[in-house]
Amino acid sequence: MEKGTDRSAASVRAVEIGVAIVILVFGLVVVIDTYSLGARWGDDGPQPGYFPFYVGLLICVSSVTILARAWGNAALAEDSFVSRGELKKILIVLVPTVVYVSTIAYLGFYVASTLYIAYFMWQLGRYSWIKTVPVSVGVSVAFFLIFETWFGVPLPKGPLEAALGLG
Amino acid sequence: MEEINALLGGFGVAFTPFNLMLMFVGVILGIIIGVLPGLGGANGVAILLPLTFSMAQQPGGTTSAIILLSCIYWGALFGGAITSILFNIPGEPWSVATTFDGHPLAQHGRAGSALTAAFTSSFVGALIAVVMITFLSPVVASFALKFGPPEFFAVYLLTFCAFVGMSGGNAAKTVASMMIGFALAAVGLDSVTGTLRLTFGFTSLLKGFDFLIAVIGLFGIGEILETLEEGLAFKGASAKINMKVVLETWKELPRYWATSLRSSAVGCFMGIVPGGATPASFMSYGLARRLSKDGKDFGNGKVEGVVAPETAAHAAGTAALLPMITLGVPGSPTAAVLLGGLLIWGLQPGPLLFVEKPDFVWGLIASMYLGNIAGLIVVLTCVPLFAAILRIPFSIIAPVIIVICAIGAYTVHNSMFDVYLMVVFGVLGYAFKKLGYPLAPMVLALVLGDRAEENFRNAIKGSQGDLSIFFSNGLVGGLTALALFLLFWPMIRTAVRAVRGGAR
Repeated sequence: MEKGTDRSAASVRAVEIGVAIVILVFGLVVVIDTYSLGARWGDDGPQPGYFPFYVGLLICVSSVTILARAWGNAALAEDSFVSRGELKKILIVLVPTVVYVSTIAYLGFYVASTLYIAYFMWQLGRYSWIKTVPVSVGVSVAFFLIFETWFGVPLPKGPLEAALGLG
Repeated sequence: MEEINALLGGFGVAFTPFNLMLMFVGVILGIIIGVLPGLGGANGVAILLPLTFSMAQQPGGTTSAIILLSCIYWGALFGGAITSILFNIPGEPWSVATTFDGHPLAQHGRAGSALTAAFTSSFVGALIAVVMITFLSPVVASFALKFGPPEFFAVYLLTFCAFVGMSGGNAAKTVASMMIGFALAAVGLDSVTGTLRLTFGFTSLLKGFDFLIAVIGLFGIGEILETLEEGLAFKGASAKINMKVVLETWKELPRYWATSLRSSAVGCFMGIVPGGATPASFMSYGLARRLSKDGKDFGNGKVEGVVAPETAAHAAGTAALLPMITLGVPGSPTAAVLLGGLLIWGLQPGPLLFVEKPDFVWGLIASMYLGNIAGLIVVLTCVPLFAAILRIPFSIIAPVIIVICAIGAYTVHNSMFDVYLMVVFGVLGYAFKKLGYPLAPMVLALVLGDRAEENFRNAIKGSQGDLSIFFSNGLVGGLTALALFLLFWPMIRTAVRAVRGGAR
């Protein structure tokens, strides 16, 4: 990849600090919640929060260590975590994936998957519709046969399957 | 001799037409999984695990199910070598060292011998590890029968401390990743007191986080995102293996018997100690380069440079099952998924398995012999077919893999929430991988979290909260001390070096 010409979207240091803060917050949530559950010795043994409380503490300690190290390391600010071009590529995939996953509940697994594969082929692969349609439909039909017929594992279905009387 | 008899019994269990068919199916699926980007041993087994639920309920079905899943694992180990050698893309982390000499060999037109050497040495490494499992696991299991909660917790402690001390990376990141795993494992209903923990009133969190979802997201989606960034273009050497090349390479291989044995030893050891196949493959490659008489030519395409990492990786991958079946402590993420499978099928992994389910255990061990033979036959005959999979354009294969991951995540509990969770884990996996947080400790902690906590609680309950229970006798004390030694190993090593340096 042409890292030199592609501007950085975020430095390693920024992401490192960001992730460490998220972990720290997660650790604090664990500590606070388990402390309120009781993290000490009860009447007949350790209280339910005992073990996870210390787990939470260790999360906090390690994330603070990571945070402090990244903070003090100015060299990391020079390194690119992800360039703009790379980030764009990832978002081109990630956004449709999120859309795909959230439409499954409404369209059913097979229709959503067909649209998702078709979008990918059309948008990223620059395939013509003549190739895109048979491949995306074919893959979904194959999955339908494998899971519904062969393995007997029902996947969520939507209006299309209902209309075809398959649901 | 008892082991031999038990093993023969195991062959009786494994050697049925149905199980043999499952072995070939498993190996072929495994190789496909190993070849495809975004699918590996761990998430491949995780995706297919729900499909074995119904199989495992039939009589003798658990043995068939584990044979299928473990053969997927062997297949994935074999498959990693194909992409490393032909495409210079390590399909699995433990195949990275195979690319050093394997890909140059392919570029010089010797892909056939590189592949033959890789497959054969994988097979040898696995075979040696299986022989070790055959004779060592009954010993370990009978020893572990004496274990109580403190000992089991000490074994878990040892596992996790070894990760921190031996990982070689950033210890704070290893700890963070591991503890996130433990915290996620604690979410949901506490089995001892019946209290809800860390659910914050969300009903979808009541069941807690399933490690299968985490594995599918972290390794599957995360890896796809990482691969995309590099803008994948597969430019592979052509793969042709004919009998002549195979026989010629086989004639050459006995010359490297020393490398083979050494790498197997490294692999077996590293596989039992969690940390696993990846460091084992690098370590044995490094050793072979240092000890071989043409070590300076390594990296330009030496067959020996393929033999060393492949033998070690396969030996380690196989040996990782030894602590899994004897102690219930998996040595690798894939072994952790297999362990999760046992739990789902209602089997308690650990020393009692040898007493209560000898058919299952010895059937599994026998299938390791047979499965690797099946694997060797399949890879040597079908390489061009598998290499062709990689020529499918990424814009088709990537969405198909994500769809497969989504189906896998859904089928675990028939829950859409798990599919959303998988995407979240995918983004997490991508960020963690790029920042150098190891993922294996998180997965192991998620799988073992509840059991580790349970043993810890029972242990300190017995001692009324006194932590000295973990030093109360030689056995548990030794395990705990070893755990602490491994935990502080980087510091100990630095100190030893400083003392030595000072003495000079």
